Amino acid sequence: MIPISWILFLSLSLFTIGIFGVLARRNLLFVLISLELMLNAVVIVFIAASRYHSASMANSDGQIMYLLVLALAASEIAVGLSLVIHMYRQHHHLDIDKLNKLRD
Amino acid sequence: MTSYSSLLALIPLLPLFSAIILLFSKLPKLGVSILAVGSVASVALISLFLNFIFWQQSDFVLTASLGTWINIAQLKISFGLYLDPLSLVMITIISGVGALIHLYSTGFMYQDSDFKRYFTYLNLFISAMLFLVLADNLLLLYLGWEGVGLCSYLLIGFWYQDRSNNLAANKAFLMTRIGDTAMAIGLFLLFTQLGTLDIQEIQIKAHSVWSLTNDNNNNTMASLCCLLLLGGAVGKSAQLPLQNWLPDAMAGPTPVSALIHAATMVTAGIYLLARNSQLFQLAPDVLYLVALIGTFTLLLGASAAMVQSDLKRILAYSTISQLGYMFLALGVGAGASAVFHLMTHAFFKALLFLSAGALIYSLHHEHNIFKMGGLLKKLPVVAVSFAIGCAALASLPFTSGFYSKELILEQVVASGHTGLWWAAILGAFITAFYSARLFFVVFLGQTQLSPNTTPTKSMSLVLVILSVFSLFGGIHPEGLKTLLPQLTSEKLSTLQHWLPIILPFIAISFAWWMFKTKRFGKPVSSSLMQGIHQLLKSGWAFDYIYQTIFVSPFNYLCQLNKRDFIDLFYRLIEKTSCKLHRAFSQFQNGQLRSYNASLIIFCILAFAWFIGGELIL
Repeated sequence: MIPISWILFLSLSLFTIGIFGVLARRNLLFVLISLELMLNAVVIVFIAASRYHSASMANSDGQIMYLLVLALAASEIAVGLSLVIHMYRQHHHLDIDKLNKLRD
Repeated sequence: MTSYSSLLALIPLLPLFSAIILLFSKLPKLGVSILAVGSVASVALISLFLNFIFWQQSDFVLTASLGTWINIAQLKISFGLYLDPLSLVMITIISGVGALIHLYSTGFMYQDSDFKRYFTYLNLFISAMLFLVLADNLLLLYLGWEGVGLCSYLLIGFWYQDRSNNLAANKAFLMTRIGDTAMAIGLFLLFTQLGTLDIQEIQIKAHSVWSLTNDNNNNTMASLCCLLLLGGAVGKSAQLPLQNWLPDAMAGPTPVSALIHAATMVTAGIYLLARNSQLFQLAPDVLYLVALIGTFTLLLGASAAMVQSDLKRILAYSTISQLGYMFLALGVGAGASAVFHLMTHAFFKALLFLSAGALIYSLHHEHNIFKMGGLLKKLPVVAVSFAIGCAALASLPFTSGFYSKELILEQVVASGHTGLWWAAILGAFITAFYSARLFFVVFLGQTQLSPNTTPTKSMSLVLVILSVFSLFGGIHPEGLKTLLPQLTSEKLSTLQHWLPIILPFIAISFAWWMFKTKRFGKPVSSSLMQGIHQLLKSGWAFDYIYQTIFVSPFNYLCQLNKRDFIDLFYRLIEKTSCKLHRAFSQFQNGQLRSYNASLIIFCILAFAWFIGGELIL
């Protein structure tokens, strides 16, 4: 069995990459992908924790939580992608540094 | 009696309705003339009719009520009209002279594009003035008082495109406002002291309240009330401290000068004092002050009129001077002769102003008398009426002005103020001198300007009527004694009897000599004389004094406080919130990535703080 610390390390790496992507990428599509990456990093921890505990306590809360997060991610990406498509049709680019019309 | 009451109610209402109709309708010039002149003329007829009815009785009072104005607990003010001999004389003068001036104006103002507006103001003025003299309470009187002030303002600034006219209108309004404020305070004081504003009640109550509380003659509260009322009268009648609006008020059309600034409005102050004469008897000191003000004003007006070169300004200063005579008469306790002089003055001053208007009308709006000359043959009607007006002003025997001025002088002697009598005699001398100078310079000598038009028929007709009144209006003042109490005249000494009669002739011969040797209108040689000339011409430099004492410091303070130091605090609040807004709006830059970064930094910090707390525990 893989030690849980490895999985936590993997999750942390993915989360960091996600944060980096959110902060550094200028393309809105990639920002969304990075957000998904961060969610998945969290989800991995849930699953690992579920697996870690189930051997002794038969607890599958983590897996149920994974399904919830999956649903959340799917709905979020549905809304987010439709917004991105609409934005692309309007501006013909997705550079978030230039999409700053809503400031005062 | 009730039918007379409704007639009385019609008197102030007719011109008011006419003014309102004129304001909201679009009549042609003929219609405007008929309506405006007709309303005032019918008022004149009504007042003549009332004269005819009432002068047969020695004492009469007629009242009418137009409804209630204010009715709360202790204060009941109605639109009540009160007609007694004094107000009957006043309404006759106002409506009679007013109707003649309306008729004259139809000719004088015919070319003006604002014909309708002019007559609206004029009718409104007559209505306000009639309310003033018919009011049975002081508040309604004050309403009329303010009404005539407003109309005076509107008519002085009638040709509003010219800025100097607006300034003159403002000056007149503000100067009279000072007096009006004093009068308003006087009304409040009277009401708190006596609990009524009804004029007749005030006279009775004042005697019972103030005579009983104090055994010596001078009651402070009575004197204060009288002083405040006097303030209003001084402002409206252009007396000494507040007199310098009147010469500037000549900016209006000439018939307006005749109506407002000579015949009627400026006499409102005289009327106020005459109406409250019983109240004023409680304050002998104030009465003496009235006499003093009158004396100084008549000297000031006469001496200033002596050196003016503007036709209308001469007449304006002579008005101030004649009003001074009326104040003098009121001050020595001869109210009836003051009202008598008011009447004759209304006739001959209206005549003078209207013939001056005819002159100005014929001479392309020329005002300088030294550019006129030799007009006797060119404009005979105007010249003759002007001569009659001047003679009445100079109080030559058998003109109307002679009788009234004689009566005033006689009453001054009877009151025992010899000093005031000599001052009045000096004033009479100067008056005769400047009226003669005015007539000689304008109508005799070489022709300089030739008239391009002659006065219209309506103008000439009015001049003739007024000439008749100026000549014969002073005879037969028998009803005078019913008007107001007069002093019993003692036997006059020979000097006191003959000096006022002879003096005008001396003055006129002196003026003739000056005219023949061509001394008028020439610069005087010595610098002292030049200084005196300047001083007199500026009306004893009152404008300059007020400019220095009041206007300049006020302007300086305004300049100093341009940024309004009280506002500094509020401006500070405004600036702080503005700065805070700028600082915070830096965060809202629309950069999604920096939003994200700040979110993450906040989360990290929050976690670090939380975990740190856990660790310490």
